[in-house]
Amino acid sequence: MKLRARRLDFGYAPFLVPGVVLFLVVVLGPFVANVVLGFTRWRGVGTPSWLGLDNYRRLLQDDAFWASFRNNVAMIVAMTVIPTIVGLLLASLLFDYVAKRFARGWATRLRAAYYLPQVLPVAVAGVVWGWILHPSYGVLNSFLERIGLETLTRNWLGDPDTALPAVMAVMVWIQIGYPVVMFMAGLQRVDPEMYEAAELDGANWFQRFRYISIASIRPEIYVVVLTTIIAALKVFGPIFVLTRGGPGTATLVPSYFSYQNFFERADVGYGSAISTVLAAVIIIVAAVFIRFQNRRELASLR
Amino acid sequence: MTTLVAYREPAVGPRPAPARAPRRGRLRWLVLALLILVGVVVLVPFALVVMNAFKSAEDYASNGALSFPRRLDFDSVVEFWRRVDFSRKLLNSVLISGSVAIGGSVLSLLNAFALGIGRVKGRYVFLVVFLTANLLPQESLVYPLYYLAKEVGLYDTRLSVIIIFIVIQSAFGTYLLTSVLAAFPRQIIEAATIDGATKWQVLCRVVFPLSRPTLAVLFTFFFIWTWNEFFLPLIFLVSNDNQTVPVAVGVLQGQRMMDATAQSASALLGILPAIVFFLIFQRTLTRGVTAGALK
Repeated sequence: MKLRARRLDFGYAPFLVPGVVLFLVVVLGPFVANVVLGFTRWRGVGTPSWLGLDNYRRLLQDDAFWASFRNNVAMIVAMTVIPTIVGLLLASLLFDYVAKRFARGWATRLRAAYYLPQVLPVAVAGVVWGWILHPSYGVLNSFLERIGLETLTRNWLGDPDTALPAVMAVMVWIQIGYPVVMFMAGLQRVDPEMYEAAELDGANWFQRFRYISIASIRPEIYVVVLTTIIAALKVFGPIFVLTRGGPGTATLVPSYFSYQNFFERADVGYGSAISTVLAAVIIIVAAVFIRFQNRRELASLR
Repeated sequence: MTTLVAYREPAVGPRPAPARAPRRGRLRWLVLALLILVGVVVLVPFALVVMNAFKSAEDYASNGALSFPRRLDFDSVVEFWRRVDFSRKLLNSVLISGSVAIGGSVLSLLNAFALGIGRVKGRYVFLVVFLTANLLPQESLVYPLYYLAKEVGLYDTRLSVIIIFIVIQSAFGTYLLTSVLAAFPRQIIEAATIDGATKWQVLCRVVFPLSRPTLAVLFTFFFIWTWNEFFLPLIFLVSNDNQTVPVAVGVLQGQRMMDATAQSASALLGILPAIVFFLIFQRTLTRGVTAGALK
């Protein structure tokens, strides 16, 4: 009895053991290994040979690498900039205009319609659009033919000029519902009396939109922008399904570029270097955002 | 959302600005028409998929993608189902997503119990470090994981994907649940401890039952997120018997045997489960989508 009473008390730490062990095995260990592999040449078998910074020097001179990050910026435009701006407009029109001047059911139904692409696995969304944009049997081309615009038909995903805009359009379609749902939820917090007071003071719709709606849902805008930028930097599934990065490097993104080096070219060291750069970019973006947010919170406390 | 009958705003009646009314009347219909048009544009791809998945190949060849099917033809759907053994893919997806949802919720609860209730030293650091599991691109983990899985004989098993996703998903779960449990009334735990309950008993009999609503949100999210995953399942589940629905549908894209109707059939079979889950989990989801933002 005495022994049991004096049993060591580890506090709550034992409950963390499974989480920490799994994290070390699945995340930290592999990540460190990946960083180290980035300094080596390795074909996936045998022993990696040390290269130092050679992979990174090669990256800086590799046009495909730069193209992949340029395309990442295009993905941010398609997944963050356009959906956030359009989403703000749609959400406040639905919330402040349709729900008040028509039955609320319309606002709910339209919101659900905008959100539907978000529930699909991104790979499946890619399949849907790969079929619509197909050069020979695709719906888009046969639609253009039917309305007499044959000259506009083209191999949307196979033409270097249209591939990236086409992929961007698909990403806008996938993403648009997310900000709408987030922003409408945020707008519910706004006191309706603020709108009424502003209306009485003669503020027009756009002024109310700018000074009340946007100002009130700052936290939601922040979350949407941060999460979609990270998603845009990581995008893989739609590229894999739609274009495999092609034609050439027209739609190549870093995640697909590293995948190619890992599993198609067996250039594991180079793939590791690419994915390490991608991870660093994502960590920096997240850190900057969190910094910025904390500073604003501090400022608002003063 | 809470009632089955659509809630209608009570009619407000004429606004107190009759001079501006006529212009505004037309404008509001224009705005509504525009918003409906956006909705239609978003929904058109779904309609096209449904229309063409039930079309015979001859019908498609002679009448194109834009016409309604002459008669309902289930051949392409049945044919695709049979060819990829779709029941098997569904089973794999349910098994993987279900296991991850349960395992991820359990792991999140254990972590959050230590961090939120136990206030383990350095809990802020733990939280941030765990969150990197979600933040890091999977590409920066995949090759060592792939190599490791081959070494221990887990490559091309559903278990490998389950373990990896339990860890990745529980990062968000730990974060969300810790912030919920940090606000947990201390008196309840103290009372249980005074009554002689061990920490394990406090977790199972007090904290777990009271955090069920959050766990339900986590379960739903983990299930759907895992269902939708593509990259890691693509790499780890190479054999047909282990593939998930998105991988099976995504990999077949662009292959020669995929004609137009087969492709729309495959898209339909990829879409349907997602929509079914959305309808089942809708209420939990709408509650949860914004949870991350406000916590």
